[in-house]
Formats: sequence, structure tokens, C-alpha cells
Amino acid sequence: MSGGSLLSDHTRSEIDRWVAKFPEGRQRSALLSALQVAQHENKGYLTRDIMDAVAEYLNLQPIEVYEVATFYSMFETKPVGRHSISVCTNISCMLRGADDIVNHLEQRLGIKLGESSDDGKFYLKMEEECLAACCGAPMMMVNHQYYENLTAQKVDKIIEKLDKQD
Amino acid sequence: MGSDLVNIEVNGVKLAVPSGQMLIEATDRADIYVPRFCYHRKLSVAANCRMCLVEVEKAPKPLPACATPVAEGMKVFTRSDAAISAQKATMEFLLINHPLDCPICDQGGECELQDLAMGFGRDVARYSERKRVVKDKDLGPLISTDMTRCIHCTRCVRFGQEIAGIQELGAIGRSEYMEITTYVERSVDHELSGNIIDLCPVGALNNKPYRYSARAWEMVAKPLISPHDCIGSNIYAHVLRGTLKRVVPRDNEQINESWISDRDRYSYEGIYSQDRLDKPMLKRDREWLEVSWDRAIEATSSLISSAASGEGDALGILASPNSTLEELYLLNELACHYGCNNLDHRLRVSDFRDQDSDPTWLSLGCEIAEIEQQDGILVVGSNIRMDTPILAHRVRSAALCGASVGFVSPEVYEYHFPQTAYLHAPAETFVSMFVGVLAAALDILGDKPPAWIANALKGINIESEHRETAAVLLNKENSILLLGHFALRHPSFADIRATAAALTELTGSKLGYIPEGANSTGAALAGVLPHRGVGGVKRGDPCGLNVQEMLNSPRRAYLLYGFEPEFDLTNPALANDALSAADTVVCFSPFVTESLLDQADVLLPIATYAETDGTFVNAAGVWQSFNAAVDCVGDAKPGWRLLRALGNAIGITDCEYRSVEDVREALEAKLGSRKSSNRYRGKFPVSLMVPEIGEKVLDVPIYLTDGIVRRGTALQQTQIAQVARQGKSIQG
Ligand code: SF4
Ligand code: FES
Ligand code: FES
Repeated sequence: MSGGSLLSDHTRSEIDRWVAKFPEGRQRSALLSALQVAQHENKGYLTRDIMDAVAEYLNLQPIEVYEVATFYSMFETKPVGRHSISVCTNISCMLRGADDIVNHLEQRLGIKLGESSDDGKFYLKMEEECLAACCGAPMMMVNHQYYENLTAQKVDKIIEKLDKQD
Repeated sequence: MGSDLVNIEVNGVKLAVPSGQMLIEATDRADIYVPRFCYHRKLSVAANCRMCLVEVEKAPKPLPACATPVAEGMKVFTRSDAAISAQKATMEFLLINHPLDCPICDQGGECELQDLAMGFGRDVARYSERKRVVKDKDLGPLISTDMTRCIHCTRCVRFGQEIAGIQELGAIGRSEYMEITTYVERSVDHELSGNIIDLCPVGALNNKPYRYSARAWEMVAKPLISPHDCIGSNIYAHVLRGTLKRVVPRDNEQINESWISDRDRYSYEGIYSQDRLDKPMLKRDREWLEVSWDRAIEATSSLISSAASGEGDALGILASPNSTLEELYLLNELACHYGCNNLDHRLRVSDFRDQDSDPTWLSLGCEIAEIEQQDGILVVGSNIRMDTPILAHRVRSAALCGASVGFVSPEVYEYHFPQTAYLHAPAETFVSMFVGVLAAALDILGDKPPAWIANALKGINIESEHRETAAVLLNKENSILLLGHFALRHPSFADIRATAAALTELTGSKLGYIPEGANSTGAALAGVLPHRGVGGVKRGDPCGLNVQEMLNSPRRAYLLYGFEPEFDLTNPALANDALSAADTVVCFSPFVTESLLDQADVLLPIATYAETDGTFVNAAGVWQSFNAAVDCVGDAKPGWRLLRALGNAIGITDCEYRSVEDVREALEAKLGSRKSSNRYRGKFPVSLMVPEIGEKVLDVPIYLTDGIVRRGTALQQTQIAQVARQGKSIQG
């Protein structure tokens, strides 16, 4: 294993930690975790160079990495805003007013679902699936954190808080 | 896989099949048809198309035959209502996003999807929503894409992973958005990549140069043997009204399995190159005249006769090792007629000092398929993926089965399998590097070297890499050392071979050669060598001049057969001087070039491999005869006919052959045995001093090996060819 100059020491040591969990020669199994770490390090999305660096570091063909990165919706292969917001629009949430939440967010951030705000802070992700928190519908996930029983006011507070960070 | 048998029943027929097999293997063996897309017997099981669903008693749902292992007492129904309705339903799903554009698809008429849609499709579509459209990918000059047609069977992806050893294509995205792609725009470059065209069950991946030029049902498939390397890959020429349209593999488990190299597949374009010589031509007062065949043969006969009659030594005969056995035999007869011993086919060889120790013909040392069963393989002086792509695939299979594979190479070549050892050094120090391996083996075994090699060993420091490389052959049941093109062309070949012989003797391994050209075996058997006649019998005393000597001390007349002196000889400058100085140069060639027009006095157009009957003998000694598949271009004629006519004109008795079979029989009658033993009986005093390499060509890129390949337009556009032209080496 070599290369991966684009990857920070921290990313590399995280990848090493994952590789160690699998048998010798099965470093491909660590790919998902490796991409997660690399994406986090790069403020929420993967570039081709980063994927190539991961491939090199794990001794895989680049295409093997592209396959995984494009398969899972948790990976972004295009630049997106720093904070990733996914509003669940599946049945339970829809019945409890998810569409209003989406509308509110779109208006407040001035972007449509699937877009990122111009200041690069927010990304309104198009979420396809039920996020498995129906009992708290409507809900959204922001940077892997769940916020439930949403109202427009609640959403505003969350956004304000994020806006103040970095 | 266990070898015990289990009893199953398919459609009421009782079968005893090896346990561990998948159902589809058992039904295939028993000739019971199960439809499939993703399953391919040479690839791993993916079970993603679901076309092979069958009913299995007691199973609640239909099961995929390609991924269901046979079990004792299993009762299977492939044509029951449940099975058929599952298959029909799968077909309906597969067609949802398929464009159904068969009328404009090259695959039409030979498409697995089309065939199965005939059998299992509905005649009316229930799907009226929008179909998806997928952007085509640019995979380079060899493979065209129509990705909307893809059914995601992933055969092409698995081919990359499992056969080529490098995954160039992948499936990105998922569900409706899944696409087969390289992701970043790039070509597929592996030397076997064209095989994904045959694997693709639909028209998504097609043959780019052939595109839209014929329909499958208009063509006739004619069996041929590929003329570019010593493997003798079995191919079909697909022929439309006498013209070769494309080349596809012909299965032969012992030789090329189901694969062919891109060189074998695409070189045919060279047959129709603009510079085919299509009329016999004669030079008179520096002017070229097109003449009739009769006139040309007569002129050739009198030119050669006046140069060589009574003085055979004034003549030099050089022939391409890609010529057929019959052509080579007739050349030998011609030489004998004049008492000329100067004939050779070893065009790129430069060291002949130990030629008397050569075996009758340079044999691979085992069957081609047996390479896979070796547990130790040491490849010496070969860019084996480029020399012989199919053999490289066998070596890779051996490595994946656990064999130790090591390399002693002039540079670092890329291999996609585990390697036990890799030594490399340039031509100048190649010999001492290799002798180091022998020294290490002797040291490990505590053995004494043969006397003739002892001197060279004195100057050697044994390093750990030498030991690792020697270990490839040590303590193995079934090991082989292969000497490749680079070794054979090296000016110290004698030293390399003697070392290889000592090493194999010491380790109990086989010694094998990867000779150049399609038929150097045939050339040796037919006696196209200065020191040996038919079947390897000693020729003349002293023997004739080898190719280097013929050019170093120019002959009055030359007969050149089937090659281009500019590109196919070790030292083109030397050849140019010798040919320009000669009184007479007779050239049998499929092509005409500026320098041939300059050097030759007679140009006789000969047929290429697809236009003639003949025989190639591969490096494992397999004789493979074939018949002309297409019409000759212009007035070109099969070489054996021309040589027969020439023989008649110069009055060779017995030159009354009516067919290639007659020629072959005449040769066989003189051949004691077809066999050859690579056992080294020489005692060549090995030295570490390498003679000057100078202008000598030791490395010939894969797409420049012979005149036909060099004219393969698509091949010349590949990444491999382009990078080779820039003087670097790259492999996909
Ligand atoms: S391109 Fe052809 S071989 Fe590859 S996945 Fe699609 S249908 Fe299968
Ligand atoms: S539907 Fe929104 S969490 Fe389940
Ligand atoms: S052939 Fe069995 S699932 Fe494709």
C-alpha cells in the first residue's frame, strides 16, 4: 500500500484501523469506511482525485472505488454544501407535513431539493428512502443527526445555529 | 469441487452429476436448455439477470439455475408452467428499458437477447412509460458502445476482474441509474479487451471497425488459425462475398479456450490495406512494369537461375516465420535445387554461436493448457503479455491457482497477478543478472555447476533477489522456465540459454521456448535453416549462412519471402546495404513499400493467412491446417502455388503438387518424427560479456510485429500502439 498523498494522516490512520479489521488481502472490505472518512475530511463530498487516492491507498482499481461511491447515496461525488440536510418525504413523514418542511427550507435557503446554497454552507439532499424514524415524523437528518417532530420554527432554529458555525 | 456424484432429476430425466456443480452446468452437460444472460462458463457466477429461473420441487420460489448447487434427490423442471412464467416475467422486465432497436443494431441476428425474446418475450409490450436512455461511452478504437442496450449482466465487468486481471469497466450508480462505464473517460486498453464484445449478450458492446458493414446472417464463418504468434489461436473469419469482415474466437480448450487477443481479432484490417501489392511487377531499367503472372514467374526463374546456378552460395533466402509450413517446405526444395544452404527464418535472432545445440524446433516444453498446471513458472526475457497474450493468460491462471511465478526481464512490465519474484536489468547486464539466479540455486542446493559455466559464476555476487527468483523453480513438482522473444533476440542468447538449461537441469524443471511468429516450428521442420534440413537433419558441411551472415557478407541474389526488411530484421540498416548491393532481389510480399520498390527487382504478390490454404505448427507442436477463407486481393496468389510454378519453371523434378495436402505429404514422407526435445546437450562456455547491442532491435511492440498487424488501422490507434510509438511501454 502506498500513495494517497491527498489523504491526511488522520484519514490514513483511520483507513488503516479499518483495514486491520479484515483478513489480509481483503482490504477492499474497508472501502466503505475509507470513503466515509475521506468524504468527511473533504467537507462532505468526494472528488475523483480523492477516490483515486483511496484506490491507490487500498491497492484497488479506481473503478472499484467509483462503483461503491456512486452506489451508496450517502456518498456525494459532486461538490455540495458543507451541511447536508435530508428531509424525509416518505409516507409517514409526508402524511405529517414533510412537504411543508421542504417548502419552508427551500424558501429559506433559496435553493431547490438537490441543490446547494451559493455560500457553500447548505446542501438540500434529495432523500429517496424512509429514514426509519416514522414515530417522530416529520423528520430530517442534518449531518447524520436526526431532528424529529419538525415545525417551521424548529427548522429555523436549527438552520440559524448551523449558520453561525464556521 | 467434490468429485462425488449426486442424483438429480431434470424434467423427469435422471442425471448423476458431480456434487458442487451448479444446476446450469449439469443441464448444459446433459443438453437441456436453460436460458441465461449473465452466466458464462468461463466467468464467476453473478446471478443478476434471473433469466435462468427454473422450478425446483419443494422450493417455494423459482431458483436461478446458475447459482443453485445440485443436491441429492433434487427434482428440477425447466419447462414447467412455473419455470416458463418466471422466465417470461424476467424477459418482460429486461425489455422494459431496452430500446428494441434491433433493425439498427449490429448484434441483430446474433443477439442472445433477441433470441430469447423470440422464445420468452410477449408480442405486445405492456409498458408504456418512458424508457431510460444511457449516454454511450468512448472505450477507444476497438469497441463501440450503445449503452442504452445494456442489460447489466456484468459479464464485461467480470471479464476484466477475472480474465484480464484488471478491472477497466464497472457498474456505477444503482437501480435505474446503473451504468456500465469506465467512469472517467478513458479507453479499455488490455490486450484481450475485444473479448467483451463476444461476451456481451446484447448489442451494447460491439466491434468498432466492423460497425455497420455487414449482417450476421449474410456472412459465412470459416475456420482459420491466427498468424501472429506461436500459440495458433483458433479463429473464425466472418466472410461476406469473399471479403473478411471480422474475426472472432473459435473455442479450443487446449489452446485459446474462448479468447483471442486484440491482435488476432483486429489485424485483418491489414489484409485490405491500401498498399497491398496486387499485381506482379518487374523492374526494367529502373522502371517498374506490371506484368502477367507467366512473365513474372519466368523472369524470376531466370534471374535466380543466372545468379545461383552452379553456385548456390551466391543466393540468400530469408523467409518470414509467419509463412505456412507448405510455403516453407517449397522454399527449402528450391534451395536444395540450387545447392544453396543460405536460408533462414530467424529474422530477429542475432546470436547463432550455439545453434547446433538447438532442439529440432523450439518447443514450449509442454502443452499450452498444461501451463496452468505448473506450480513454478520462471519467465525469462519475455514481455509475455505482449509476446503471446494467450500464454500470458495461462500463466496468470497458474498464478491464481497458487503457482509461484517469477520474471527475469529487461524492464518492469505490469502483471495483474501475484508474483513471487521480479528481477530486471537492461540488455547489457541481463546475462549476469540471470547467471546470478543460477548461482543462487547452486548455492541453496549446495551443488556444483557444470564445468562450462563455472567461469561465469566466479564474477557473481549472490543477492537475495537472486535467491527469491531461484526459489520459483526449487522444490516444485511441475515447473517450467520459459525463454521469450527478448531472450531469443539477445546477442548473448547462447549464454542465456546455456544458463537456463543448467538451471532447469539443476531444479528438475522443464525448459521451454516462446518462439517468434506463428510458424517457426513449421519453418524448422521444413528445413528453413542454414544448418539443418527437413526434420532437423544436419545440412551441408560447413553449414550455410544464417540471416546475420547473409547480410554481413552480401549475396549476389536474395529471395525474400513474406516480410519487410525495414521492420522485420534485427538490423534494418545492415539489411538495406546488403539488399542495395545485390544484383538481384526477388521479393514475395503481400505489401509494397517504398523501400521494396527501391531494393527489389521482382515483386510477387502473395496471399495473406486468410487467403491461402496451409498449415501452422504452434509452439506446442500442434499441426493446424486451414483453407483459404476469402478471395485474394487483386492478382495475389497463395504462396505455395507460386513456389510450385517457380519450381516447375526452374525445372525442379517432383514439383507436381496439386494441393497443399500434396506438399504436406511430401514433407511428412521425409520427416522422421514430428517431435522435438528441448533437452540441452550443448556445453556453451557462458560468459558475462555482452556483445555490443548497437542498433539491434530487441523489443518489438505488440502491434508492430508483422506487416499485417502494422497495417491494422484500429490497432494502430490504440493506447498501447500510441505509447509504443513514443518509445515507452504501457499496458492496460
Ligand atoms: S455492456 Fe453487455 S456485457 Fe456489459 S453488462 Fe451490459 S449487457 Fe452485460
Ligand atoms: S417515512 Fe419518514 S422516517 Fe419513515
Ligand atoms: S444466468 Fe442465472 S441469473 Fe443470470
